[in-house]
Amino acid sequence: MPDTSLPDTSLRDSAYNYAYLDEQTKRMIRRAILKAVAVPGYQVPFGGREMPLPYGWGTGGIQVTAAIIGRDDTLKVIDQGADDTTNAVSIRRFFARVADVATTTRTEDATVIQTRHRVPETPLSDGQILVFQVPIPEPLRMLEPRETETRTLHALREYGVMQVSLYESIARHGRIAKTYNYPVLVNGRYIMSPSPIPKFDNPKLDRSPALQLYGAGREKRIYAVPPHTPVKSLDFDDHPFEIETWSECCALCGSRDSFLDEMIVDDAGKRLFVCSDTDYCERRR
Amino acid sequence: MYVAVKGGETAIAHSLDLVADKRRGDRSVAELSLEQIDQQLGLAVDRVMTEGSCYDRGLAALAIKQARGDLVEAIFLLRAYRTTLPRFGTSQPLDTSRMVAERRISSTFKDVPGGQVLGPTYDYTHRLLDFSLAVAGEREVAPTAPADTALALPRVGDILENEGMLEPAPSADGKPGDLTREPLALPAARPLRLQNLARGDEGFLLALGYSTQRGYGNNHPFVGEIRFGSVPVSFVPEELGFAIEIAEIDVTECDMVNQFAGSHDVPPQFTRGYGLAFGHAERKAMAMALVDRALRAEELSETATSPAQDEEFVLAHSDNVEASGFVQHLKLPHYVDFQSELVVVRALREEAEARNSCGVTPALQASLARAAE
Repeated sequence: MPDTSLPDTSLRDSAYNYAYLDEQTKRMIRRAILKAVAVPGYQVPFGGREMPLPYGWGTGGIQVTAAIIGRDDTLKVIDQGADDTTNAVSIRRFFARVADVATTTRTEDATVIQTRHRVPETPLSDGQILVFQVPIPEPLRMLEPRETETRTLHALREYGVMQVSLYESIARHGRIAKTYNYPVLVNGRYIMSPSPIPKFDNPKLDRSPALQLYGAGREKRIYAVPPHTPVKSLDFDDHPFEIETWSECCALCGSRDSFLDEMIVDDAGKRLFVCSDTDYCERRR
Repeated sequence: MYVAVKGGETAIAHSLDLVADKRRGDRSVAELSLEQIDQQLGLAVDRVMTEGSCYDRGLAALAIKQARGDLVEAIFLLRAYRTTLPRFGTSQPLDTSRMVAERRISSTFKDVPGGQVLGPTYDYTHRLLDFSLAVAGEREVAPTAPADTALALPRVGDILENEGMLEPAPSADGKPGDLTREPLALPAARPLRLQNLARGDEGFLLALGYSTQRGYGNNHPFVGEIRFGSVPVSFVPEELGFAIEIAEIDVTECDMVNQFAGSHDVPPQFTRGYGLAFGHAERKAMAMALVDRALRAEELSETATSPAQDEEFVLAHSDNVEASGFVQHLKLPHYVDFQSELVVVRALREEAEARNSCGVTPALQASLARAAE
């Protein structure tokens, strides 16, 4: 595997404030985070800033991380479960440049884990914070494009439209064909988008000892799931929630319990399956 | 390893080097200076300042150079810099009737107080490629009349308003919001809408404004006035307590006069649409004025039926930094989500195949089995 260690982190860019954002902005974001933690699953609007990375690259997650990170923290950044994907490397480099922070690839050593599209396979523990990058925070968006409407639906807990869409999927496909960004009910109150993680990862959100923070930069929303909060994937009694399974195991570590990425390895279309979580995989070999 | 997209550290470093190299291009060609961009690509600088929400010709020129002329990228660079700047306060509203106008036209009256001033415009150029520009050479200086800085230019809209033919400019209560500090709240008040449109993508607003002319929310617009020139910016420092002039900036202002049949409470009169842009940007200011008027549909008791009249649709999609980011993020790896889709589509295909081969659906099989029990 390529070397994912960082250059000397003491080379902090002094042209910018610690962790890039000015202290006023950080305070504003922290207030939004506190509100989000107080009302699990509720989307708190916040004054998202233009970041030096493009919208869609994780500006929400980066702002959340920048607001909570300190010199004593250890940061891990993953994209698609891997520490060495280009965007994860880029974000880690960003924080190395603007904040004096130790980085790691080991899940259990990290105090803050910023992630795109995955939850680590290694179980999280007390005191860890998982920061999700969220493209579309509104779980009802594809059913109702208007923000003014969806806010009302949430306020009234009027979630019939979501249940109907899941039912329609069963009627059409014989099963709930939604595979990622699978909607969850948080603490029995708010329907929430878990961000585009595969539904495979949804059970890891339920009563997790770690704090989950979700940042959507372009849409300027923050929401949260406090530790040990029930998170239920929506389903029906006769069509219970199920996760993906593979008949193959990881070609590198032999795992049968992890989420597998599929790779096409030759022109004949031969396939190989490997763990998407590189840290988990490497340490099992 | 076999996974090309992983292992980013070195790849990213090389990619950055390549971008820098491409930016410079052929080393035997002289490098562009910021002054050249400012002076000779001035309209590009204007657009970047307008949509970047930052009036600084030097920074905008730098952004254009860094972005290799990609203006949306340059706008993004300028925005990302702007957001780190401290906020000292808010200027006094610009008084555009104090503008020293380089250009000022009205299409509603043959003559207006202060006169029609054609100024520098492409409107009457013939779009024939001028091959003399292909080679460097001395260009003549155009003769200009001395600017009359004392001349106040009354706005055409104000003259119409005094007659009662045009509605007064819609007033806004309280302090206007700031989209760069607070998230957009809907429904938005007009100051917030105008702020959004001023930062909005020129192409997007142009298409929306055009759509109103083609029947999707038509308001029968006339150009009451377009003016371009420099206006003073005043600021009241807390420690002084009175206004001082801190700068002069170039702006383009468009007052669009639109038909309005009247409503329950209001007799027939003309209504306003307003556009303002930094520098010389008439297309942008006009498109903005058309869309501003279209968005006032509800306020004027018109039925909103078209995209340009739909506040949520327009305001949520006007920003090209947001739009460009989200469209282009599709380049980032999505293989985890795609893998989930592969798993389910394969399963669905297997089911379909089984169904086609025996004519019985799995669901039907299950219910048959239940019935048999």
